[in-house]
Amino acid sequence: MMNTFQFDTASLLLALPEIFLLSAIVVVLLLDLFLTKRFKQVTYYLTQASLLITGVLSYNLIGHPETVIFSNSFVLDDMASVFKVFMMGFSMVAMVYSRHYLTQHSLFRGEYFILVLLSILGMMVMVSGYSLLTLYLGLEILSLSLYTLIAIARKRSGAIEAALKYFVLGAIASGLLLYGMSMIYGISGSLNISDISAFASDANLGARETLIINFGLVFLVIGIAFKLGAVPFHMWVPDVYQGSPTSVTMFISTVPKIAAVAMLVRILVDGLGAMHAYWADLFMVLAVLSIALGSVVALMQTNIKRMLAYSTISHVGFIMLGFVTGVVSGYGAAVFYVFVYILISLAAFGIIILLNKEGFEADQISDFKGLSKHSPWFALMMLAVMLSMAGVPPFIGFYSKFFILQQVISAGFITLAVVAVVFAVISAYYYLQIIKSMYFEDADKDITISAPMDIQLVLSINAILILVVGIFPDFWMKLALSLF
Amino acid sequence: MVLWQSFVELVHELIPWFDGSIATILIILIKAIALVIPLMLVVAYFTYAERKVIGYMQLRIGPNRVGPKGWLQPIADALKLMTKEIIFPTKANIYLFLLAPILAIAPAIAVWAVIPFDEGIYVANLDISLLYVLAIGSIGVYGIILAGWASNSKYPLLGALRSASLLVSYEIVIGFALVTVVMIAGSVNLNDIVMAQKGGVMHWYWIPLFPMMIIFFISALVETNRAPFDVVEGESEIVGGTHVEYSGMTFAVFFLAEYANMILMAVLAVIMFFGGWHSPFEGIPVVESMFAWVPGIVWLLAKTSFFMFLYLWVRATFPRFRYDQIMRLSWKVFLPWTIVWIFVVALMTQLKIGPWF
Amino acid sequence: MTFDQILFYVFSFWFIASSLAMIFSRNAAKAVLFLILSFFSAASIWILLEAEFLAITLILVYVGAVMVLFLFVIKMLNIDKSTLRAKFTGYLPLGLLVAAIIIVEMTLVLGGNQFGLDIVTAPARHAADYSNITVLAMQLYTVYVYPFELAAVLLLIAIIASITLVQRNELNRKKQSISEQVNVQAKDRVRLVSITTPSKEDK
Repeated sequence: MMNTFQFDTASLLLALPEIFLLSAIVVVLLLDLFLTKRFKQVTYYLTQASLLITGVLSYNLIGHPETVIFSNSFVLDDMASVFKVFMMGFSMVAMVYSRHYLTQHSLFRGEYFILVLLSILGMMVMVSGYSLLTLYLGLEILSLSLYTLIAIARKRSGAIEAALKYFVLGAIASGLLLYGMSMIYGISGSLNISDISAFASDANLGARETLIINFGLVFLVIGIAFKLGAVPFHMWVPDVYQGSPTSVTMFISTVPKIAAVAMLVRILVDGLGAMHAYWADLFMVLAVLSIALGSVVALMQTNIKRMLAYSTISHVGFIMLGFVTGVVSGYGAAVFYVFVYILISLAAFGIIILLNKEGFEADQISDFKGLSKHSPWFALMMLAVMLSMAGVPPFIGFYSKFFILQQVISAGFITLAVVAVVFAVISAYYYLQIIKSMYFEDADKDITISAPMDIQLVLSINAILILVVGIFPDFWMKLALSLF
Repeated sequence: MVLWQSFVELVHELIPWFDGSIATILIILIKAIALVIPLMLVVAYFTYAERKVIGYMQLRIGPNRVGPKGWLQPIADALKLMTKEIIFPTKANIYLFLLAPILAIAPAIAVWAVIPFDEGIYVANLDISLLYVLAIGSIGVYGIILAGWASNSKYPLLGALRSASLLVSYEIVIGFALVTVVMIAGSVNLNDIVMAQKGGVMHWYWIPLFPMMIIFFISALVETNRAPFDVVEGESEIVGGTHVEYSGMTFAVFFLAEYANMILMAVLAVIMFFGGWHSPFEGIPVVESMFAWVPGIVWLLAKTSFFMFLYLWVRATFPRFRYDQIMRLSWKVFLPWTIVWIFVVALMTQLKIGPWF
Repeated sequence: MTFDQILFYVFSFWFIASSLAMIFSRNAAKAVLFLILSFFSAASIWILLEAEFLAITLILVYVGAVMVLFLFVIKMLNIDKSTLRAKFTGYLPLGLLVAAIIIVEMTLVLGGNQFGLDIVTAPARHAADYSNITVLAMQLYTVYVYPFELAAVLLLIAIIASITLVQRNELNRKKQSISEQVNVQAKDRVRLVSITTPSKEDK
């Protein structure tokens, strides 16, 4: 057997964050078996430590020239490393919030943390995926862990329903994605992103080839839109957000979005960038529908998790708008938007979790009534979060929307920008509604915050960041732009 | 071997009017018959040996009435079973009821196709013969499951349920245990595995894989439903398990399959861990040449007989395990051990320990 | 016709016949058995194609393990197929239509005009020392090692997920402590009490 493939330590080291995380998962998994009830918290600290070390390892790889290893199935570039660092950071914050929730609702189990770590591994694989095969495998690792995380609260009928819905629809989305991939593979003869890119940007591409690529492209876009939760493939989002335990909702709505965007960039921008004109049209429709439906339907929600679900849908619309532009600065704005959205979303869910009590979920908007009297500090933070989501300056949410719209207008889609602004204004109504009930209504039940110091501290920093980054957004924007 | 070659040539000469393929089929058929008939004879006399050995262990004489010293006992048993009526339970599913014994015996015999008896003596030299053995061997369970289900009776059903879960559990253990052998030999071809153990007792794999050998032997007892793991039959608990409703020849076929499997497991243990057809005196200066005339097949059969004797010895010695204890043994004791040993073997391979790597 | 061709047609016939029989059999256990037969025929065809490792794996995994569990479940559940068949005739026309469309499409795409011997040459037979398993292993553990490992992680998740979802909490779990069982002494179980038998004089 002739073989040109060879292993060497230098190229393996480029995948060190993934290798470390997988080893850490195995160690934590085994250790968790032998921990007695008294020491169960050790699993949590080990999880945080592995996330931290993985983040540091990824950070060290920033600035490494773009390298493709594992026979063209793994790419290490700045986008991958920066995404990984951000994923680790956001996940650590999410874990701090989750712990409180899990202990309150007696869901604190070692498997929870293992599954979270595994899903993060899946996301890292997606972020670094350089062949359709690895991208798909990463997606499946992520999705399988998430299905289980939702169903882990077996006693809640809503959670089982949410898990089943997510599972069935996710499986269909994966099927569509695979079908699209098989079309692309069939015509280009390669699973590798750079080969596909070379094939698609070939000037002599015949009409038959273009047709088949477009055929596959439609399925790829549908699959990605499913995972992002864009209209009309959003049906699962509200039910899954509402039914899942809040800590899982928080996780699903935040970190995996980075991976989904990374997959989008790898397949559609890196791989099929030459076909931009075709998929941008699809994205335009998806984006406008998402922004419109997300903004309007959220008005009628009384459950805050469901409301945030619709809000996510409209945010996803904005992210997709960034990709419609087809220019590097537009992609940068979209990535910036993702990071901002996650930062805000984490804080929002953090406050919901903060108000949780044993056996009680603060997931109704009415639960926020009179928060300003009992806890002015956290009410203030919720104010910052809500204003930021609505896009009010000087909060960060304003800049993310601003950058996107700026790019959309400079790309010549003025109508699109106007529509987006109109719906953004409409959506401000329901964010303000929460502020109203916090400041101008009296509490109808007792609100006491019993959360431990660590979550209060991290939450405060998180909310302050929303303001601070909002005042100095240049650095982050430059970082986002430098990734392309 | 020379004899065989000339025989093959003879067949080709005798039937010139057939084209090559028909001759091939004929040769395969003859080989199969040459294997199956001795196998069935061995099975018959293995049952005799079992009764005798256990008899002596329990200070009895065992069968001694039919023929001199009871030598004709197996023949008498066979005649008796053949002439007995086959009873079909009224509510049984007749087709599956009859299919079950066939499904039990067919894989038990088919597996023997790849067993090498000596250098170059086998029915088929398959490149993946070890996997073939595992795959075909795993089909035997259908005989038992179907027997339990088709009988439409509660004890057979219980026995079948026990058997299905036991076999699936222990197949994993056996598979993992054999992975270590494959790791050392670097091949899944049984011939190559035996050839890799050339060079005397010290080169056989039972030394580096000692725990695996023990595990393999015990798992083989479970796979063949032998005491002390015979919960599938479990006379004292479920009267006879899957065989309750079977009589006459249908029962005899199950019986044949069980014993053919036992002998197979013994042969496999010899091939995997005890150097197959290699003489134990290889590498010892004088003795080696003294025994050089003994054909390899004799060594193989001698070693196999020892393992077959072990089956009987174990049966006469140990009380039956409880069902959940057997399950625990598989999942909580054997499986971790095999996985650990895979790592140990990997380490030994890296360090190039002993004559094995 | 060569021997190989005869074998191919025999196995193909059994493959198709058993697949049909599986669909139409009224008895769930029989359906499983026909499915096993069709697996066998498929494996045999693979062996004719010199993919013996895949063939054996099919038998080892599907026939040896998966279908055993299928039968296991069928025994436990006692499925009444007649209720499942209640709407059979209702869906029949639609099903036949879909099947017909699929057959036409498959013939057009995979038929002789696309993959006939005049268009695609028959693959050459490998030499006698060709080892399917070696070739496969070489590819899997070198070129595809990264996806291979990822697939392993996927299986690990499947294990963790299924155990997590079915595990009961401490209270409902029936558990045996093996060490306690093994260490049990006669005095823990049997208490010897000396009873003074009333003598006749006491009566």
